[in-house]
Amino acid sequence: MSSTGYIVAAWVVTFAVVAGYALWVLARGRRLSREVAPEERRWMTAGSRGRE
Amino acid sequence: MTTSASATGTTSGAGTPAPTSTASTATRVLGAATLVGIALLVVFGVFVSPPDKELGETIRILYMHVPTVSVAYLAFIVTAVGSAMYLWKRTEFWDLLAASSAEIGVVFFGLTILNGMLWGKITWGVFWRWEPRLTTTAVLFLTYIGYLAVRAVPASPRTRATRCAVVGLLAVVNIPIVHKAVDWWRGLHQERTIFGTLKPEIQGTQAFAAYLGLGVFLLLFAWLLIHRFRVAFLAERAAESGLEGAIAERRQEAGQ
Repeated sequence: MSSTGYIVAAWVVTFAVVAGYALWVLARGRRLSREVAPEERRWMTAGSRGRE
Repeated sequence: MTTSASATGTTSGAGTPAPTSTASTATRVLGAATLVGIALLVVFGVFVSPPDKELGETIRILYMHVPTVSVAYLAFIVTAVGSAMYLWKRTEFWDLLAASSAEIGVVFFGLTILNGMLWGKITWGVFWRWEPRLTTTAVLFLTYIGYLAVRAVPASPRTRATRCAVVGLLAVVNIPIVHKAVDWWRGLHQERTIFGTLKPEIQGTQAFAAYLGLGVFLLLFAWLLIHRFRVAFLAERAAESGLEGAIAERRQEAGQ
C-alpha cells in the first residue's frame, strides 16, 4: 500500500470507529430509556445518590 | 451532567416530561458544533494544509494522532479525578463519571495506537517496534483494558466502584511515563511536535489544522462523555429495577 493509502486509512478508521461507538452509545441510551421508569430518568439525582 | 427533558417523553414524578433518550438541547448543540468542526478539520487537514518539509504527507496522520492521544490522556485524567472523588464522597456520580471516561479513553487510545502504527509503517517500514514510547503505550492501554475488566467483574455496586477507583488512581501514574518516554530513553518515536514543547515544529496552516483537530476532538469527548454518563446512569437504574423485580417474583413464589 502507498503512503497515501495509509493516510486515508488513518482518517477513515478514526472517524468510522468514533461514529460506530457514538451510534452504539446512542442506541443503548434509547433502549435503556424504555426499560427505566420515567421518574428514574433524572440524571441530576446521580450527584446525591450514595453507593450503598 | 444535568439535562433538560425531551418534549416527547412520558411525565415523571416532577411533572415534566421524562427524556426518552440520552439527548438534550445541550448535547444537540454540542453535537452540531462537533459535526461542523469535523467538516472543517477534513477541509483543512486533507486539502488546505501543505505537506511538511520533513514529515511530508504523513503530517496528515498527525492531525488525527495528536488529538486522539490528547483526548485519551484527558479521559484517563478525568477517570483519576472521578476515582479520587468517589473514594472521598462515595457517590454514584463520581463512580459513573470515572467509568464512562475510562471507556471513551480506551476507544481514543486504541485509535492513537492504530494511527501510530500506520504512521510507523510509512516512516519505519514496520507497524510496531518494541521501543520505549510504544512499549509504555501498550502497557498503558492494557492497564485501562484491565480497568474495564475489573468493572465487568460481578460485585455489589459499592465494591465494584471501590475496586475501580483504586485501579483508576493507580493507572494514571503511567501517563507521565508514556509522555516522557521520548525524553528519558533513546527510541524511534519522534519527540513532541506541537504540544508540550516551547518551540512547536509546525506553524501556519499546519499548526491551525493541528489545533483545530484538538478542539474538535475535545468537543467530541464532551459530547460522548455526557451521553455515556447518562447511559451508565440508566444502566444502573435498569439493573436495580431488574433486581427488585426478581426479588418480588421470588417472594411471590415463596408465598404460594
